[in-house]
Amino acid sequence: MKAAPFDYVRPRSVEEACACLAADPDAVIIAGGQTLVPMMAMRLARPARLVDIARIPELQAIRDDGTAVAVGAATLQAHAANDPLIACKVPLLAAALPWVGHAATRNRGTIGGSVANADPAAEIPLVLVTLRGSVVLRDSAGSRTITAEEFFVGPMMTAMTPGCCITEIHFPVWTTGRIGVGFHEISARRSDFALASAAAQVALDGAGRCVACVVGIGGATAVPQRLDTVAESLVGSMLSDAEIGEAVRRAVDTIEIMSSPHASDGYRRRAAAVLGARALGEARDHALGRAMP
Amino acid sequence: MKVELLVNGAARCVDVEPRTTLVDCLRDHLDLMSVHTGCEHGICGACTVLVDGEPARACLMFAVQADGFAITTVEALAPAPGELGVIQDAFCETHGLQCGFCTSGMLLVAHALLKSNPQPSRADIVDAISGNICRCTGYGQIVEAIELAAQRLARSNAAETERAS
Repeated sequence: MKAAPFDYVRPRSVEEACACLAADPDAVIIAGGQTLVPMMAMRLARPARLVDIARIPELQAIRDDGTAVAVGAATLQAHAANDPLIACKVPLLAAALPWVGHAATRNRGTIGGSVANADPAAEIPLVLVTLRGSVVLRDSAGSRTITAEEFFVGPMMTAMTPGCCITEIHFPVWTTGRIGVGFHEISARRSDFALASAAAQVALDGAGRCVACVVGIGGATAVPQRLDTVAESLVGSMLSDAEIGEAVRRAVDTIEIMSSPHASDGYRRRAAAVLGARALGEARDHALGRAMP
Repeated sequence: MKVELLVNGAARCVDVEPRTTLVDCLRDHLDLMSVHTGCEHGICGACTVLVDGEPARACLMFAVQADGFAITTVEALAPAPGELGVIQDAFCETHGLQCGFCTSGMLLVAHALLKSNPQPSRADIVDAISGNICRCTGYGQIVEAIELAAQRLARSNAAETERAS
């Protein structure tokens, strides 16, 4: 359970990090290392060189760019969980972060690391897909932005090409109506991998009518799935429990669910439908408790 | 590689391979045997230390990543060699440990909790220790120990405030 030998470099800028990655095809990025270090201890990963981006200042910033909150890739999960801008502008991310690992891993784990790892059970990718967020990638050739849906390709698989580094993750900000959020997941033990999870955000008008809503399912699927048909059927409604339950169940019936030794696909489908409805109901109640902006 | 750490308040410099984890560095290079090597892949919490005051798993960090950070281990919790701190005393009194393997991690998590939240609810305590596995106690006495420590620390703080005024 000891990692194989490797070289370690700590570049001072993203440019320098990209140059390190371009120079050595066996180099990989380490940020918090909360997944990579155990993978290396078990020798499931055996990089020749670690490029430590954890201290690069431009990767630590959390800024409001008007339509989205841009979170630097090396932002610690614990830092994001206590950030007032995220709490105010991206409440769904704030609601999901307490579910990410344990306090001790959130103190070292990063937002970008969770996105890059693309674990199907991970909460941050689920929030990103649900909100139609995007990921900014940089390599020695330049920078590009891709949508969360393009980014997550499969379990632990992303659209990242060799030599590239995530610099920012963009979480869209909703500005109209009363916003409410809900997040739920079920796992075998506290903070274990989610067997199914659900994230939801709604916007209500002054009368409590739904003007926008999104719900996403994670854990049970290969990549996080946003259920767009739910929004189509619920916008304009008063979001009764019956309407929510029916819309979510219909949508979950059409998605591909993964089976695992811990939970059958049938169980996961039922759990996803229940959690999705619960998250939407919680989002509605949360919004009803807030004043019109 | 040279790594500089502020360990329990003292500046230390060690020369380690990049693949040396922080837990192995603390035990093998700095002789801090309170830090326990358990699962070595981030599940059990036995190797928990405080990194700049916050709990972290020492098996999930290479020592080179911790360069320049302040590390706190159980050795720093006691007021003097051979004595016990308030939280350690409470663990003894409530039988909050049996084999003791998880205890270092539990003590540091409790220490960090009581520092940021001096009057935690039972739910706060359960949440704080949820990342640390104990296979002896069934956790009940550990929760009691942290409750007892919180009461004692609150009382001693109140007494100090009174003396100061």
